[in-house]
Amino acid sequence: MRADGPARVWLLHAAVVAALWAAQFVLPDYHDGVLARVMVLACFAMGYNVLFGYTGLLSLGHAMFFAAGIYGAGLPIYHYGVHVVPAFFCGIAAAALLALVAGALALRTVGVAFMIVTLMFAQVAYLASLWQGEWTRGDEGLTLSRNERIVENAWFFLDPTNPATRYALAWLLFTLVLAALLVIARSPFGRVLVAIRENEERTRMLGFNTFTNKLAAMVISGAMAGAAGAAYVLLFGYMGSTFASIQYSILPLLWVLLGGAATTLGPLLGTLLMFYIAELSNDALNAWFPGANLSQIGIVGVALILLVLFFPKGILGTVRERWLKWLP
Amino acid sequence: MATVTPLLSCTDLSRHFGGLKAVDRVDLTVMPGEIRAIIGPNGAGKTTLVGLICGRIEPSSGRIVFDGEDITRMPAHRRVGRGIAYTFQITSIYPRLTVFDNVALPVQRMRGSHVASRGIRSEVMHALERVGLAGERDKLAGNLAYGHQRLLEVAMGLSLKPRLLILDEPTQGLSDGEIERFVALVREIGEQATILLIEHNMDVVMQLAEQITVLNFGKVLAEGAPDAIRANAQVQAAYLGTDYDD
Repeated sequence: MRADGPARVWLLHAAVVAALWAAQFVLPDYHDGVLARVMVLACFAMGYNVLFGYTGLLSLGHAMFFAAGIYGAGLPIYHYGVHVVPAFFCGIAAAALLALVAGALALRTVGVAFMIVTLMFAQVAYLASLWQGEWTRGDEGLTLSRNERIVENAWFFLDPTNPATRYALAWLLFTLVLAALLVIARSPFGRVLVAIRENEERTRMLGFNTFTNKLAAMVISGAMAGAAGAAYVLLFGYMGSTFASIQYSILPLLWVLLGGAATTLGPLLGTLLMFYIAELSNDALNAWFPGANLSQIGIVGVALILLVLFFPKGILGTVRERWLKWLP
Repeated sequence: MATVTPLLSCTDLSRHFGGLKAVDRVDLTVMPGEIRAIIGPNGAGKTTLVGLICGRIEPSSGRIVFDGEDITRMPAHRRVGRGIAYTFQITSIYPRLTVFDNVALPVQRMRGSHVASRGIRSEVMHALERVGLAGERDKLAGNLAYGHQRLLEVAMGLSLKPRLLILDEPTQGLSDGEIERFVALVREIGEQATILLIEHNMDVVMQLAEQITVLNFGKVLAEGAPDAIRANAQVQAAYLGTDYDD
């Protein structure tokens, strides 16, 4: 609340965004690819954070919003040859609409019931993507060709299959979503969301319609997850039912917990670390237990248990508590 | 006086929990500017009654009219907009938010929630000054002393610019010195707002109340000026357990 507070916050975020831009010139190609993917998935995590971190609602169904973004953007392109740009917004709209409907129903419950209802919705979405196999090709999935993904006109040529372009687009999306999250976190609306998390009954008795505020958080959260999904299919060219499975509902929870719930930069940090932890441990598992075919999802589970037991505030949550109280 | 419309009138208001008649056919009329105390033994239905008025609890039957408008079925958050503010019996603040943010919430509610944060600062500080907590604004509310938490809750209620402020046992757990300050504060608030006060401390009630309503077993046992209530044999019986006809 000091005068230099807002400037310091914006500077920190600008520095992070600038560092991410610079990273592509420094890092080897392989890590560029990883980072592009991490930035897109971090948008998914930031969306999850709006609902889980700030509003205090634990959803076990966010895979459906990510998948709605993927299919909402990818299927119109694949089946109807829709242009990339409207397809991207179609993905976001599909996820936001799904969040509105699922939220309107699921938010009639609280706590564990809310977790179960969102989980059920997501399972329905997952099974629907398998059931509509003629459209989605289920687990096998669909790939978008380069021609279907490029944007080309008289003034403009954009090829997401080019690694540098892909990195730039992922960075742009990340920057926009991060800015949106920062604005929300520092806005009066964000304060109401935190108030709902901390003491919903008190918030209601201060005259706030907690249901509509929670629903708004749900739609924003779903739209961010959908933007990540839509970008994912456009940048990496693949859509499949896996993205609607329970794994993709657990992952954003893990990323946010690791990085720090209700912090703006925690989702990025958590996604980045978890990506490398899973990869390194995968290599280690393969080296130590060759042929055992152990899955990295086990690592995810172990990490989740350890986090909740010993490190519930995550990295940036702990940093904020101990040292930097001004972190948003 | 008879021509002034009441600020609040409850008619035949009931709330039953299963077989328990927590509030049983209560009629209550509060005039604008009044400080009304609601007293009664534990379990008399005081908190349930104000819960019905502020909208935390739905009535089983009856009617609530606030400033000429029927609010019986209006959701609680909209009643706040009409000018009814409630402070909880058990201190209900945001312990993990700063004192400033605790008060910023009701302030932004009354301003419309899209106003930029900086516009509300002076108003928040004004509310904190009124209850003497301006110096604590950056502390976490949960780290305040208990008496200060109660004052913070009053500041939150005040920031809603209520026309009817409901205080549910505000002096519970306060020291004598704090109670004295509190009485002065409520008096000051009472100059602008109507106050419904649930209170067990009879000294406080007698100092503040202009009218007293006594509840017992969910029903209105007596109503009147403090002196009349003090002299009422039925009230004494309800409190002391003596027979009526001694």
